[in-house]
Amino acid sequence: MSTIEQTSPGRSDEAGTDSAVAIVVPRTSSTEKILRILVPVAMLVIGIVAWHFTVVINNIPKYILPTPVDVVMSLWNDWPTLLPALLVTLRITFTALILALVGGVAMAILLVQSKWIELALFPYAVILQVTPVIAIAPLLLIYVPDTQAVLLIIAFLVAFFPILSNMVAGLKSVDHNLLNLYDLYGASRWQTLIYLKLPASLPYFMAGLRIAGGLALIAAVVAEFAAGTAGQGSGLAFRLLESQYRLNIPRLFAALILLTGTGIAIFGLTSFIAWLSLHRWHESALRREN
Amino acid sequence: MRGVSKVFSNGTLALKDMTLDVERGEFLSLLGPSGCGKSTALRIIAGLGSASSGTIDWPSSTINSRGLPQGDIGFVFQEPTLMPWETVFGNVYLPLRLTGVSKAEARPRIMEMLASVGLADFADNYPRELSGGMKMRVSIARALVTKPKLLLMDEPFAALDEITRQKLNDDVLRLWKQSGVTVIFVTHSVFESVYLSNRIVVMKARPGQVYADLPLANSGERTTEYRTSEEYRAATHEVSTALHNAIHAGGGTH
Repeated sequence: MSTIEQTSPGRSDEAGTDSAVAIVVPRTSSTEKILRILVPVAMLVIGIVAWHFTVVINNIPKYILPTPVDVVMSLWNDWPTLLPALLVTLRITFTALILALVGGVAMAILLVQSKWIELALFPYAVILQVTPVIAIAPLLLIYVPDTQAVLLIIAFLVAFFPILSNMVAGLKSVDHNLLNLYDLYGASRWQTLIYLKLPASLPYFMAGLRIAGGLALIAAVVAEFAAGTAGQGSGLAFRLLESQYRLNIPRLFAALILLTGTGIAIFGLTSFIAWLSLHRWHESALRREN
Repeated sequence: MRGVSKVFSNGTLALKDMTLDVERGEFLSLLGPSGCGKSTALRIIAGLGSASSGTIDWPSSTINSRGLPQGDIGFVFQEPTLMPWETVFGNVYLPLRLTGVSKAEARPRIMEMLASVGLADFADNYPRELSGGMKMRVSIARALVTKPKLLLMDEPFAALDEITRQKLNDDVLRLWKQSGVTVIFVTHSVFESVYLSNRIVVMKARPGQVYADLPLANSGERTTEYRTSEEYRAATHEVSTALHNAIHAGGGTH
């Protein structure tokens, strides 16, 4: 395929180049590496131990504050009820997030195509964004017969806007000289979008994704509080309320832990995706070297 | 590039009735005080802004829909203007990619181009890993990879230090001689313009106009010795005087 021979570092000197510069990778000492993990983990363990002994020493009843052991027991014993609820919440969160990603990006691309489209859709965007989405839940419950669909719509709307506004900002903040360059070479709109605008707005998209990921979970829970579900299709929010009514506080904590775990997993996943796509070139994913 | 002439003026009168013929294979410097419209003129030649009146005539036969000779112009901006998400290779590949050349087909041309600017070893590096001078060389390689007939440079080395700048000046001269490309080089440095070009067009501000057109006789080998020669000093003096007068002429109408 290529007829060019491999150039050795010495050869480039003839063309008057800087000889290959060694790029030094900053190294953290192994002690610091261990401490980096140890310090937060230790703090967490201290917190849990303190919680346990506070409950035990003060003899706090289980229906007010359970010990960590009670919570773990509940997590284990109530797993058959909690797991389906977790799956329902996860399904709503991720479906909403994926729809928001597709919709937000598509909408942003449409908006930046012409300032007239943007102006025309501007009032709707503002109205939808400033209205607390959860407040339309009662209305949605009337229009949409399926409660699950209502939850999905609310979670979608909440996750949609951070992605839309970040994407619009990203698509608009492309280096003008690069746009000129694409013009100069007669690039089509499509080429400019695919090769220039989308990659350039990737950091903005990733910021939007991280916000939207967290918000989708919050919205899935809050929407379930507002809309209310029961029986087979109920999510973790319903189990939270149910546990509260029954004063089954250990199970309430267990459900909370599952939600926290889901939140952490979403944050970790979105951060990892951001790192994966940006670490080669973008400042936000780089370690400072000085 | 025979007979490129244009006459135009616009609202803020950045340029007024500017006429300029550029010969094929010339190294022409546009020199002038800041705000004299030299960058504007360059952008209009590149088709990045349209003239409010006047025309640009190209001798080239293939003119695209925007009135520019297809694939015949390379442009180097004031900043390197590289895509940070692409490697050096990817950045130089861009002009070819936009015209539908496959990566495999483009590879030998890109590697050859990178070798000629001394960056063959850095093809897989990202722009952030390069120094300012190296980034600029990537930018030059990108402008030349389509083998354009006309290379436009808009104060490309203004932000670089003196040593890097001289090195790049030598590189540009060498590439110019090798490729026979016509160069229009915008600068505000008298020394740079005298060192590089065989014709200097001095412009004056308010309104932007050609003030003086100075051909430089010597088109011989320009080496480090030339920088300290009497010939260089004399030419510098002549151009400096013209520039000085241009600044006064510009200020006088204000």
